[in-house]
Amino acid sequence: MSIETVSKTFRLPHQQYSTLKERVLHPFRTTEYDELNAVRDISVEIATGEFFGIVGRNGSGKSTLLKCIAGIYGVDAGRISIAGRLSPFIELGVGFNMDLTARDNVVINAIMLGLSRREARARFDEVIDFAELEEFVDLKLKNYSSGMLVRLAFATAILVDAEILLIDEVLAVGDAAFQQKCFEEFFRLKREGKTIVFVSHDMFSVERFCDRAMLMERGAMLQLADPHTIARAYHKLNFGDLPHEAPQSAPDEGGSAILDAWFESSGGERVTTVSQEEPLSMCFEVRLEEDLEDPVFAATLRTELGHTIIVARSDQHGSSSGSFRAGETVTVRFALPGWLTPSRYMLTPSVAREGTGEAAVAMVEDMTSVVVHGNSTGGILELPVETRIERA
Amino acid sequence: MSTGQGVRLPLPGRAPARHRVHGPSALSGDLRRFWSLTFTLARTEFKLRFFGSALGYLWTLVRPLLLFGVLWVFFTQVGHVNDSTAPGAGYYGVQLLGSIVLFTFFAEATGGAVRSMVDRENLLRKIHFPRLVIPASIVLLAMFNLGLNLVVVFVFALGSGVTPMLSWLVLPLIVGGLVLLSSGVAMLLSALFVYFRDIQPIWEVISQILFYASPVIISIDTVREKVSATVLHLYMLNPLAVIFQQFRHSMVTHATLSAGQALGSWAALLEPFAIVVGIFAIGFAVFNRSAAKIAENL
Repeated sequence: MSIETVSKTFRLPHQQYSTLKERVLHPFRTTEYDELNAVRDISVEIATGEFFGIVGRNGSGKSTLLKCIAGIYGVDAGRISIAGRLSPFIELGVGFNMDLTARDNVVINAIMLGLSRREARARFDEVIDFAELEEFVDLKLKNYSSGMLVRLAFATAILVDAEILLIDEVLAVGDAAFQQKCFEEFFRLKREGKTIVFVSHDMFSVERFCDRAMLMERGAMLQLADPHTIARAYHKLNFGDLPHEAPQSAPDEGGSAILDAWFESSGGERVTTVSQEEPLSMCFEVRLEEDLEDPVFAATLRTELGHTIIVARSDQHGSSSGSFRAGETVTVRFALPGWLTPSRYMLTPSVAREGTGEAAVAMVEDMTSVVVHGNSTGGILELPVETRIERA
Repeated sequence: MSTGQGVRLPLPGRAPARHRVHGPSALSGDLRRFWSLTFTLARTEFKLRFFGSALGYLWTLVRPLLLFGVLWVFFTQVGHVNDSTAPGAGYYGVQLLGSIVLFTFFAEATGGAVRSMVDRENLLRKIHFPRLVIPASIVLLAMFNLGLNLVVVFVFALGSGVTPMLSWLVLPLIVGGLVLLSSGVAMLLSALFVYFRDIQPIWEVISQILFYASPVIISIDTVREKVSATVLHLYMLNPLAVIFQQFRHSMVTHATLSAGQALGSWAALLEPFAIVVGIFAIGFAVFNRSAAKIAENL
């Protein structure tokens, strides 16, 4: 499949529905439009058998691009050519009618997707079997749970023979067992050499399935690379450019203040996103305006929900930090192993007086944050585990 | 911009011929898919009406029957149309019912098509298929109903003493003309409604006017006696008038005028025929032009 310099512009009229009456009364009034460049000059070549991901934030144009590929929207510039049959669906369960039984709906949906009536009938059992809905075949869809609906829709869509499948956000649904089944189905399609274009917000599935991925922002292609790189870039785009609320701590009476706080990669680079398993340092810089003897420097790492994951202290092992003079600027680093699970973490730096534990410098809650991305196992920490399986 | 070099790619399999992706259009080339989709949509809708309520089909029948009942009581008991000396007046009931059933088809096909594109927004925005399927399925659905209603008309006709005639074979032509006309109007209205939302009330009024401006209640034989030749000519330009009158003549009784006789010559039928073809052509042209952009203008 090749996409060559494709652009798509929507014209958004200032006034919505015009009526015939208005047209007749004001025949010469021209309607004003806003132009929205939903897709700008995108070129990409997708190989046969490739699993290609398109990621981007809401409104970045990824769904519009998918609709252009599917032929639902005509393109304004450029051309798209494909080799083979394309599954014409973008969303699951389009055209499902709640007043009909699953049996009727599957047949209708399959015909919509391009099968003949006979093929649709022949494939019906397979679909129901895959969706595990044998007992509910003759139940009207309005009596289905939303999970059952999605299973039915996914099963119908996936069993359509097409060389190219376009899929828009589907994996976030269904129970765990069915999700696993969907993943297996994706692997099967991949093995069979189908070309799949997959639009998602879920970096987990993008990284897991895609051979390559493309990051879109405001209709343009930001990056085209391997899914891992794209996932990083996506996280950075999402969290990295948020205005960091890094309020300078109000200098206390002594004038001491925490100037800055940040995360560092093992290479000493400041980062806002990091891959799971990569070591990470919590860092902050503090200016001291009074003499301090053995102050306790500490950094608290919390999840977004406010659970404290770790409190790192300079006096942890009975070590002392030394004595500091007024006017000194100190940088503190706490290196962590790559044990954090994928999530967003907040850093709260603090400095306390030795002994009393009273704050020496005003503390700033959640001064900075970092996003760890990767595949969550569900735990709150990824501690190194040694696995041993022995036969009796 | 990185181009993703060095990424492992699966080996390309057999390579089917490349073809260019075009935007949506009215027919999208594939006629088989067009028919199977049109049929499926119409069938689904028909099924829903049938089984959606316990008396499903009865309700679609009740509307023309009720209208028939009211008009029949009014015009025979109050207006005494049937004991007039008008030709074929003895079969007034069948003529009236037949015309009402035909008009109901026209009203259903066109009135149903008006909102059809907007109501099927969900499909239009998410699936690539020939856009013409939607108004076509509405017309097909109305044809299903027409078929069932015509059975009732035939039973009624035989019951009121109409004898089977060779001219019954003209029925496909009559229905064909009506379908062609209705499809043209349906395409036109469904495409225009996307841009002009007041088409719906406007069409309701026009449809009502057409009901009285066509020989539904009164046959042309009666109209001809009352108006000048010019007015009659204008009246017969309405394709519905020709279709309904021919139905009375061919299907009910030869005592009424055929459309050709009413116009003076068969050649004069070319005028209304040209109008039907013209409406169909305009309807298709307008629909075809807007089909590509319909999904984004909804």
